[in-house]
Amino acid sequence: MFWTYLVRELRRRRRQAFVVALGLGVGIGLVVTVSSLSSSVGKAQASVLHSLYGVGTDLTVTQQGRPGSGGSARFGFGPPTSAQSGRQFSRDRALPSPGRQSFPASRVRTVARVDGVRQAAGALELTMIHLTGTFSSSAGGGTGPPSFSSGGSGSGSQQRPVNVNTYTIDGVDVSAPEVGPLASASLESGRSFRTDETDAAVAVVDQSYAKQHKLHVGSTLTIGGTTFHVIGVEADSSSSADVYVPLARAQSIGDASGRVNIVYVKAASASDVSRAQAGIEAALPNATVTSSSDLASQVTGSLSSASSLANDLGKWLSVVVLIAAFALASLLTVSAVSRRVREFGTLKALGWRTRRVVRQVMGEAMAQGLLGGLIGIVLGVAGAVAVVQFMPTLTATIGGFGGGGGGGFPTGQSVQSAGPPGFAGRTVAVHLTPSLSIEIVVLAIVLAVAAGLIAGSLGGWRAARLRPAEALRRVD
Amino acid sequence: MYELTKVSKSYRKGGTLIPALQDVTMRIDDGEFLAVQGPTGHGKTTLLQMLGGLDRPTSGSVVFDGRDLAEMSERELTDVRSRSFGFVFQTFNLIPTLTAQENVETALVPMHPDAGERRGRAMEELEAVGLADRASHFPLELSGGQQQRVAIARALVRQPEVVLADEPTGNLDEAMREEILELLVRLWRDRDRILIVVTHDTAVAARASRRVWLREGRVAAPEGVDSATAPAPA
Repeated sequence: MFWTYLVRELRRRRRQAFVVALGLGVGIGLVVTVSSLSSSVGKAQASVLHSLYGVGTDLTVTQQGRPGSGGSARFGFGPPTSAQSGRQFSRDRALPSPGRQSFPASRVRTVARVDGVRQAAGALELTMIHLTGTFSSSAGGGTGPPSFSSGGSGSGSQQRPVNVNTYTIDGVDVSAPEVGPLASASLESGRSFRTDETDAAVAVVDQSYAKQHKLHVGSTLTIGGTTFHVIGVEADSSSSADVYVPLARAQSIGDASGRVNIVYVKAASASDVSRAQAGIEAALPNATVTSSSDLASQVTGSLSSASSLANDLGKWLSVVVLIAAFALASLLTVSAVSRRVREFGTLKALGWRTRRVVRQVMGEAMAQGLLGGLIGIVLGVAGAVAVVQFMPTLTATIGGFGGGGGGGFPTGQSVQSAGPPGFAGRTVAVHLTPSLSIEIVVLAIVLAVAAGLIAGSLGGWRAARLRPAEALRRVD
Repeated sequence: MYELTKVSKSYRKGGTLIPALQDVTMRIDDGEFLAVQGPTGHGKTTLLQMLGGLDRPTSGSVVFDGRDLAEMSERELTDVRSRSFGFVFQTFNLIPTLTAQENVETALVPMHPDAGERRGRAMEELEAVGLADRASHFPLELSGGQQQRVAIARALVRQPEVVLADEPTGNLDEAMREEILELLVRLWRDRDRILIVVTHDTAVAARASRRVWLREGRVAAPEGVDSATAPAPA
């Protein structure tokens, strides 16, 4: 009798029941969408941090560079000669990452000995500037200095532009694979470094960089006059560098023998991170020691904005809409009970106990709530997919290095060590994927049940107060 | 058997106390067919509510089978209603989303029989009122007379000791009234129950073994008639 009565009653007022369920569905759907996007953004942030940090890295140690302290990038352009006229040229120059001063690799051992540190590995992060172009000839004979343009070729008056391409290189300690940017890397193809390849001319390239330059396992690429063999392609498109090589090779390219500019640190345990950080800061007063939470707070860019939007505005909006949906469901349930005064009064007159009548009302409200939950999950997933589909690609920028001087390239043929123009911090593109975990589904069901319970309780309270004498009430 | 002693019932409306029943004292014997008559608004329905345990009096006692309904808790009243009383309402009060058979079954739900027994007893009662072929019809698909017959089947399915009917023919046309009245009287005679009918209809009242008049909440005699006189049933 309970299920028959319940189903028939909901069918009788199906329009109202659908409105209630839809209202709840919109509210729950918004919560699912926001939770899904929050989760997606969170995963993206973690991925960005992991790509820079590597899983298993708790701290990094760097030394902030002074503007221009990295020296200038000289490309070896001497006074122009007629022999150069019309000839193509190619020059490479490696600079330390902007704002990062190199320091002796012996400091890695200092860090490793600090109390609370389990393992430390040094790395050298470089920015490679690759110039290509053609020497030009002036109208009055002889040659003029090359003119420079950033990116694609431009057109000078009678001077031919120089193409400037930059990419990043990470020289990693291959003998410590558990710490550093490649610790969490998954490879699309090939393999990572072996621990004995400390000085081998081998490289692992980023997926995006490989696609751009048509590289694959077995390809070669020339860096600073040395040919490297590609042994692996990283699957993570938001990795920290374009190319990874053994540390010794990076030191050779960057003319920084025995030096590193970042130390990756793994603490003995999660509770030792603070202690290790304090110990390193004491041992190396001039160093900057950054934890993953410090780094997380430095993440800027549209990914950070999306995170704020989802966590702040999104959550508040979904709470408000949910409250409105709950209120609507409750009001309509109480209203439905009020319209059935004679019906419930009759049942009580027939001997139905109050709790039996209340159970009937609650059952109807729960059914509406669960239907709303189902609609909410569908709408929520569709909403999350739609948002991810149509939103622009997000970016995450880590830090923002002052760098020195450097805006353009003066014709004096030198380049400030601040790096290429406009480069401030490391920016990675992030593609969100909708994330629907079992927790979000459970959340939707809990909200649906809660809605049913609240509406049913209010309706049940109204039904419980009905007197059986209502059954004999005259119709006006 | 009923023993009512100085039963009074008042309702508060705003700041005013409105007396619906005043010092009603009467006795109703087993097997009696009692008609309660009187002008509208003079306490007939209120008296029915007291007799059926649908409400409690403000003062006085309503003793049914040795137990005072006025002293019972809500739960005890509910249990007595489910066992001993059957109701027939002027507006039929059928559940619109349930079929005729299911409406009859609602009276059996408080007794917790299994579904099969419930269906069987409901069908028997529908047969007794001549509506077995309409068992799967919804109230909207039945005429007024048919709906009232379903309501009577619902009132009788538990074999209650008392059937209380509030204007059972009030919403029916002339032909239907006679049909329903005949049915009620036949079933009352066959099953030897107390039948209490609130009615304006003198034809209905004339079939009763005893009549009671209420005026301004008090038992009174109609104009020109001694209230102790019980007209012989038709």
